[in-house]
Amino acid sequence: MIFSFLFAFVVGGLICVVGQLMLDVGKLTPGHTLSTLVVVGAILDGFGLYEPLIDLAGAGATVPITSFGNSLTHGALAEAEKHGLVGVLTGMFEVTSSGISAAILFGFIGALLFRSKGTID
Amino acid sequence: MVIVFRQKPAILACAAVAGPLEKRSVFFSYFDKVLEDERVYEQTNEKGQMALVRETCKVLLEKAKVKNLDIDYLLSGDLVNQMTPTSFAARELAVSFIGLFSACATSISSVIVASLLTEVGASNLAIAGAASHHNSTERQFRYPIDYGAQKPATAQWTVTAAGYVLVGQYVDGSPYIAAATVGKVIDYGQTDPFHMGAAMAPAAYQTITDHLKQRGQKIADYDAIFTGDLGTYGLKILKAMFAEDGIGQEDLKIIRDAGEEYYGEDKRFQAGASGAGCSASVFFSYVDLQLKTGRYQKVLLVATGALLSPLSYQQGQSIPCTAHAIEVCV
Repeated sequence: MIFSFLFAFVVGGLICVVGQLMLDVGKLTPGHTLSTLVVVGAILDGFGLYEPLIDLAGAGATVPITSFGNSLTHGALAEAEKHGLVGVLTGMFEVTSSGISAAILFGFIGALLFRSKGTID
Repeated sequence: MVIVFRQKPAILACAAVAGPLEKRSVFFSYFDKVLEDERVYEQTNEKGQMALVRETCKVLLEKAKVKNLDIDYLLSGDLVNQMTPTSFAARELAVSFIGLFSACATSISSVIVASLLTEVGASNLAIAGAASHHNSTERQFRYPIDYGAQKPATAQWTVTAAGYVLVGQYVDGSPYIAAATVGKVIDYGQTDPFHMGAAMAPAAYQTITDHLKQRGQKIADYDAIFTGDLGTYGLKILKAMFAEDGIGQEDLKIIRDAGEEYYGEDKRFQAGASGAGCSASVFFSYVDLQLKTGRYQKVLLVATGALLSPLSYQQGQSIPCTAHAIEVCV
């Protein structure tokens, strides 16, 4: 139990450290940083490396954006086994659709309720 | 290029208006008015910026006790696409208007053009100055603030503020523009849009050096040399450049930066303030008062501007900068 907390903290934290280094040292834009991490997650899963990471770290690996890339590949591969090439296309969004829909829905609600302003507090 | 004015174009009145967050500025008490709402109760940030320009010009006209129809020219600009906030404000002021773009250096380039028009007798009363608006500038140059993107410690905070001056024929006792230097465009190959101070400092150095050289002056001849928005790091770089020339620490003390001082010690604003409204609101309130009260007799106002666009930066180009200076005496 205590070790799963520890691994979640360490793995999740390290993924965020990589992202922060990409921003601060690599001078990448937030957009570039985000999409690079997604692609890295997708590639890792392609080699079957992301699933062991989730087994080890749990939410430490599923919460960061790399997990989105993992889900894309994961869904595509799973559906491809069942339905062949078309499965690659349908599968990508099968697992990730909840995340995408939630982003659209909550983004919409947020935009309806609040207005942005430049403040430091 | 140094211009020496023989007719002494005078600063007849100054006005500075700032947004609600600028209540935290150390220059707060010098501003004529502080807006209660960032958007001035308009629907969009850009309309808010238009209202900011309009309000500041209104305050200026009231202070000078003149009407908009008495104004010959409005010379101004801003950082938003095609400068619509300023142009739209000019529509309401109903005066002859030339839009100028020198990025954050517009606060001074506009005064130089106004002084030239006054010098040749083409203008009796001209309004010059600039405005910037935090939200609309962030959207223009970086990200919409809704995005919540992180910024490094070298980033500066674009102020919501405007400063305008009324330039006219010389009246006894008023501060006047003795000379001006139109800056060259300097590029040291800096590419980080979150470190404008480093990009702009060489431009400020070049303009100040050119001005002093051609006028046969030295730094100690001035009571103060104010740069616009170099911020904490940009000011350090500028002073280091002068130190390399053998300028002593005592002389360097009179070089001050509006952006560096704007929010005092508050580190949440990172490297300090920026924006055309930063230099304009400090030069045309605080500095003007120092001249009028006699604390300063001679100042050099140097506004720096980074001449990048979001497109030029995305295409990987470096950030060329400029600096324009006016020598104001009383």
